[in-house]
Amino acid sequence: MKSVMTVIGPDRVGIIAGVSTLLAELNINILDLSQTIMNGIFTMTLIVDIEAANRPFEDIRSALSEHGKASNLDIRIMRATTFSAMRSI
Amino acid sequence: MLKQSDILQTLDMIDHQHLDVRTITMGISLRDCANPDINVCAQNIYDKICRKAENLVAVGCSIESEYGIPIVNKRISVTPISMIAESCTSADYAVIARALDAAAKACGVNFIGGYSALVHKGFTIGDERLIASIPEALSTTDLVCSSVNVATTKAGINMDAVARMGRVIKETARLTADADGLGCAKLVVFANAVEDNPFMAGAFHGIGEPECVINVGVSGPGVVHNALKAVHNQPFDVVAETIKRTAFRVTRMGQLVAQVASERLNVPFGVVDLSLAPTPAIGDSVARILEEMGLEVCGTHGTTAALALLNDAVKKGGIMASSHVGGLSGAFIPVSEDEGMIAAAERGTLTLDKLEAMTCVCSVGLDMIAVPGDTSAETISAIIADEAAIGMVNSKTTAVRLIPAPGKTVGDQVEFGGLLGSAPVIPVHPESAAEFIARGGRIPAPMQSLKN
Repeated sequence: MKSVMTVIGPDRVGIIAGVSTLLAELNINILDLSQTIMNGIFTMTLIVDIEAANRPFEDIRSALSEHGKASNLDIRIMRATTFSAMRSI
Repeated sequence: MLKQSDILQTLDMIDHQHLDVRTITMGISLRDCANPDINVCAQNIYDKICRKAENLVAVGCSIESEYGIPIVNKRISVTPISMIAESCTSADYAVIARALDAAAKACGVNFIGGYSALVHKGFTIGDERLIASIPEALSTTDLVCSSVNVATTKAGINMDAVARMGRVIKETARLTADADGLGCAKLVVFANAVEDNPFMAGAFHGIGEPECVINVGVSGPGVVHNALKAVHNQPFDVVAETIKRTAFRVTRMGQLVAQVASERLNVPFGVVDLSLAPTPAIGDSVARILEEMGLEVCGTHGTTAALALLNDAVKKGGIMASSHVGGLSGAFIPVSEDEGMIAAAERGTLTLDKLEAMTCVCSVGLDMIAVPGDTSAETISAIIADEAAIGMVNSKTTAVRLIPAPGKTVGDQVEFGGLLGSAPVIPVHPESAAEFIARGGRIPAPMQSLKN
């Protein structure tokens, strides 16, 4: 199941390392990743596959959100269909 | 392929422009709940609602979490109670209202609609009893919403019902005087009521509807407002096109939520209601969209034209985004629930007469308007008659949800809290329509009714 993740916050060393380590622990595969600095703010969007994840969606969501809080980042995950439904006919 | 800019733009709509699904409403038929003993009937109703809607709130919350789309309300609509209670020997229908209230609380929804009667051509015994019980029902429950249909294009206007509803509104206000007449905020008088409306207070599960159904109401005034900021000073062709594109996106989200909810609850999908429903929050106002088109204050000259364009473009944009469109579908103008409308009414620019004109070109009607507490029942009935005439002649739904706030006069403020918001008390014409209302009878159906 494809999901979209966004990671937004002040830039610093190790953001991607932290996030990708957590995803590996959850057995979530990264399919695509795009990262940029917008007005000094680290902004990353990831397309991930949570089909083989070792935890249910709600747990994944709260694990990412907790990691975000601890690292001063806004981390979200939601199903990719939310975006494709809105943007394509 | 998903683009990063699209993803971030969508998140910005959710975070800063109040993009949300306004309501998932489960319609439940209660036609198998009738019983001569009203207590048995009430128990049947309670049991059936709790059984059908057991997972509604949990499923709504899981969709919200997984898809990242806020779903503001989860609600239930039921078959008009006048039909279900009609076979009861008791006339005390408020017993059933309390059962509905208890069921809504047990399921965790925030409103239940369908304490209703359809009397556009006349009253049955059940209709008479239900209408008589509305003030007690609304003053002894928290979540029950009531509606009465008094006119249709096909049948004309039942002026006896119009007269009676003026008195029912006054009595409901009196019984809920300690809360500024809050009971009246849960009571709608309709012309051409629709059977699949997911929005409160007017939702009921129509008689042509299936056993159980999921209807979804979308929203998004903030998103439309924001999109229009980008086309400042451009011609109306561009304005209409911009609204259509935005409405398409908003509706797609509603369609997605409706499909997923329908699958997970194993209940058929009914319709998406393409409505632009405001809230009292800053940045979620229909009035501010009209002002963005170039009006200094909502309610000034030009407002009706601006609203006509908005209402039409919302439908055109939304219709292709959903497989089934229904309900009320259009822009709502509930005064107390719209921050911009409240400001315009406080300023005196938005008057009852202008609101009446606006209801000719948008969905629904005179909605959530506080009027002085000493407004007579006949004047309220006359306002209902005007609104019903607009609905009848234009083959559209119109409605009246007025609050004659007890003890309040023009300029005072009425506070309902939450999504119901607050409103300044605005004036009504002091000249009497009592003789007009006292005539009773029926206003015949117009030529538009003869389509066969």
